[in-house]
Amino acid sequence: MNIRPNRSAWRLGAVVAVIGLVAAACGGSSSNSTNSTTANTSGTNTASAPGITATTITIGSHQPLTGPAAPGYSEIAPASNALFKYVNAHGGVDGRSINYIYEDDGYNPANTATVVRKLVLQDNVFAIFNGLGTPTHQAVLSFLQTEKVPDLFVASGCDCWDNPTQDPETFGFQTDYTIEGKVLASYEQAHYKGEKVGYLFQNDDFGQGGVKGFDQEIPSSDVVSRQSYDATAAGLANGLGNQVSAIKAAGAKVVMLDTIPVATALTLLAAAEIGYNPVWIVSSVGGDPPTLSGLLSSISKGKAGASLENGVISASYLPSFSDTANPWIALFKSIHDQYDASEPWDGNTVYGMAVAYTFVQTMKAAGRNPTRADVLKALETDGGSFTGPGLVPFGYSTSHHNGYVGEQMGVVENGAFNMSGPVYRTTDSSGTPVTTYSGTQPAPPTSF
Amino acid sequence: MLSAGFLRRPLVRHLVIAVVLVVVLFLVTGILSSYNNFQIALIASYVIAVAGLSLLTGLNGQISLGHGAFMAVGAYTTALLETHQHWPLALVLALSAVTAAAAGLVTGLGAARLRGPYLAGATLALAVGLPELTIKFTSTLGGESGLPVNPPPPVSFLGASFDPNRYLAWVSILCVAVTLVLLANLVTSRFGRDFRAVRDDEIAASLSGIRVAGNQVLAFVVSAACAGLGGAIYALATGIVNPAGFTLVLSIAILTGTVIGGLGTLAGAVWGGILLVYLPRWSESLSNGFKLNKVVSSNLSLGLYGVVLIVVILAFPAGLQGGVRQAGRALRSRFMSGPGSSGSTGAAAPAGVSTPVASGGGGETS
Repeated sequence: MNIRPNRSAWRLGAVVAVIGLVAAACGGSSSNSTNSTTANTSGTNTASAPGITATTITIGSHQPLTGPAAPGYSEIAPASNALFKYVNAHGGVDGRSINYIYEDDGYNPANTATVVRKLVLQDNVFAIFNGLGTPTHQAVLSFLQTEKVPDLFVASGCDCWDNPTQDPETFGFQTDYTIEGKVLASYEQAHYKGEKVGYLFQNDDFGQGGVKGFDQEIPSSDVVSRQSYDATAAGLANGLGNQVSAIKAAGAKVVMLDTIPVATALTLLAAAEIGYNPVWIVSSVGGDPPTLSGLLSSISKGKAGASLENGVISASYLPSFSDTANPWIALFKSIHDQYDASEPWDGNTVYGMAVAYTFVQTMKAAGRNPTRADVLKALETDGGSFTGPGLVPFGYSTSHHNGYVGEQMGVVENGAFNMSGPVYRTTDSSGTPVTTYSGTQPAPPTSF
Repeated sequence: MLSAGFLRRPLVRHLVIAVVLVVVLFLVTGILSSYNNFQIALIASYVIAVAGLSLLTGLNGQISLGHGAFMAVGAYTTALLETHQHWPLALVLALSAVTAAAAGLVTGLGAARLRGPYLAGATLALAVGLPELTIKFTSTLGGESGLPVNPPPPVSFLGASFDPNRYLAWVSILCVAVTLVLLANLVTSRFGRDFRAVRDDEIAASLSGIRVAGNQVLAFVVSAACAGLGGAIYALATGIVNPAGFTLVLSIAILTGTVIGGLGTLAGAVWGGILLVYLPRWSESLSNGFKLNKVVSSNLSLGLYGVVLIVVILAFPAGLQGGVRQAGRALRSRFMSGPGSSGSTGAAAPAGVSTPVASGGGGETS
C-alpha cells in the first residue's frame, strides 16, 4: 500500500490503458436514431426505425434462463423463437425476418437493468418483447419510457403495466391477476354460493392483486379465513401446514389459492396430511398440471403424486396444451416438433408461441415500414380486435394497455387440463360485472 | 515550480493522480456509447465497494461476507432521499455513505469481538437477513418489488439533450476519485499503519499502545461507508432497489472482486470492479458461442467464470494487481538494468516515464 511515485505512474498508465482497451473492445456503437415520422404502408422496405432494416426486425427480451424462476419459464423464449423461425421460413413479416435476442437475467432485477440497457443501447433492438417477471421488469419500466422503446407484452399478470399516461410504451399480455381473481370468484359464487370460503395467497403484487378480484365477487361474510405466505425460501421452508390448518378450522368448504406452483403443491400436501378435502380453485399461475405433479412427487419424495391434483379447478386465457383437437394447439405442436423439439411441450410452450404470434400480428397491423410510434398506435387502435390463439379479446385501447380480459374455467383430470363452459370477461374496476364472451376463436392462418 | 519534495507528499501526489485520471476519464466518456457509460457507472459502484472491503480485509484483517447488505443500506437511502424527497444528489450520496457507516458502526461493535469464521458467520447473517427487512416494512421500502430510483438529471448547463448515462458516468468517476484519494491518504496515515499493525499481530499492536477494538470498529465504519456509496451509485445506475438485487451473491461477488483484484491494494479494487462487470458477460457470450444445448450453455457461463477465478488465483496469488506489479518489475529490470540500452522499441516508453521519479526505488514491499 506504500504508494511510491514510480508505481503511481505505472498505476496511472495501467488504469488509462485498461480503460482504453475496454473502450476499444466494446466498440463505440453509435446509435442511429433515424426516426421517420410518417408510416409508409406500401412500396419497398426501408430501415424505418432502430432495429428495423429492409430485411430484418430485431427485438430483445430478458428471461430467467437460469436461477430459481427458470424451471418452466425458461421454455417460453425458445418457444417464441420457434414460432419466429417458422414465420421467417414462410416469408417473414412483410419480407423481414425476425431476429429475437433473449438475454438471461436470472430473475434478478439488477441483471435485468443491465441486459435491457445492452439490448436497447448496444444491440439497438426495435422493441423489448415479453420481458418476464414483475420485480425484474419494473427495474426497466421507466428506462424504456425515457428511451421511447416499445415495451410489448410483459410476461407478468401485474396490473401495473396498464398505465398508458405514465407508461405509454408498455403493454401487458396475459389476463391480469385481478381480472383472473374476479373470474375465479364469480365461478365460485355461481357454483358454491353461500358456502364458507378460505383464501390462501402469496403476500405480494400477485397474491394481493388476485385477492382484490376475489373480494369484488365474494361477500366478505362468506370469507372465514384469509391466510398468506411470503414467497421466500424462509416463508416456504416449513410448508404451509399452519395456514391450511387454520382454513380447515374455520370450516371453509371452498379454498381460493393465489399461489405459485410450489406453494400450491405444499398446500395440497398439507391438506392431504390432515384429511382436508375442500374444493380447490387455483390461479392459472399455480395450476399447470405437469408442473404441479412434478412438484407433488418431488416434495413428498415420491409418497404423493398426480392423484392429489385431480379435481383442482383453474382457468386459462389460452387453449390447453392437452387439447390437441384445437387447430391452434395442433399448429403450435407441429412448430414445436420442428423447431423446438429439445424443449418440453406444455402450457409454457403454448404461451411462448401465442405471445410471439401476437407480436407478428402487431407488426403486420403497423404497416410496411413502421416506426416505433406506429406500433403503439396499431395496438391502441387495432389491438382490441385482434383474434388468434387467445380465448378472449385483449383490452388494448387508447385508455388501457392490459392484455387478455378474461378466462375460461377448467379442471385437472389425470394430468390433463380440461377446459369447458362459458368464457368469462371483465375489467379490473369493481363496478364491472363478470360477463360471458361469445366470440369464437378463428382458425389459424394458412400462410404468414 | 513544484519541487520534487512537494510532489512527494502523499496528499498532493494522490490529488494530482486523481485529477489527471478524472480529466482523462471525462474525455473518454465522450467517445463511448451510452451503454458503455452505463457500464462505467456499474464498474464505479463495484470499485468503491471493493476498495472498502479491501481496506477491511486486506489491511485490517477482518473478513466480511455482508458488504452487499451495506450496499443495500446505501442504495435504499438513495432511493428514499433522491426519488422521494428530491434532495440534491451530492447530499444524497454523502448521506447514503453516512447511513451505511452507521450500520457499519453497529456491525463493527459486534465484529470487534469476533474472529475468523465467527466473524464470517455474523456478517453472512447480515447479508441474508437485512434484505428481508424490506419485506417487513413494505409500505416504506416497497417489499419484493422495491423502490424505483430516478436517474440523476444532468445539471442544466449541459443542455437538455445531454446523455443521462454519460452524466451518471461523470458522477460515478468523481465518486471513485474522491473515495480512492481519501482511502489512499488514510492508508498512508497513522491510521493505515495502525490497521496493518492490528492485522499482523493484535497483541503486539495493543502493546504498542493501539486500541485494537476501536481500530477494528473504525475500519468497519470506513469500509461500510464505501459500500454504502457504492450501493448508492448502483441504485442510480440500475434505476431500482429491491431485495433481489442485494442477495448473498452480491456480497460474495464483492469479496471475489477484492481477492481477484488484489487484496489490500486500491488499484486492485479497480481491476476487481472491471472484472465483476465484464467477466460474467464475457463468459456468457463465450458460452453462447459454442452453440450447445440450452441447459449446458446457460450454466456453462458460470463454469467459465469459476475457471477464470481459479486460473487467476493460481497464476497471481496476490491478485491481478500483484500480477501487474510482477510484470512491471520484470519490464523495469530488463530495460533499466541493461547497460546503456537506449531502447529502440516502443515498450521502453513506460520505463522511461518512470525514470525521473524512480529515485532509488527498488526493494518495495506492499
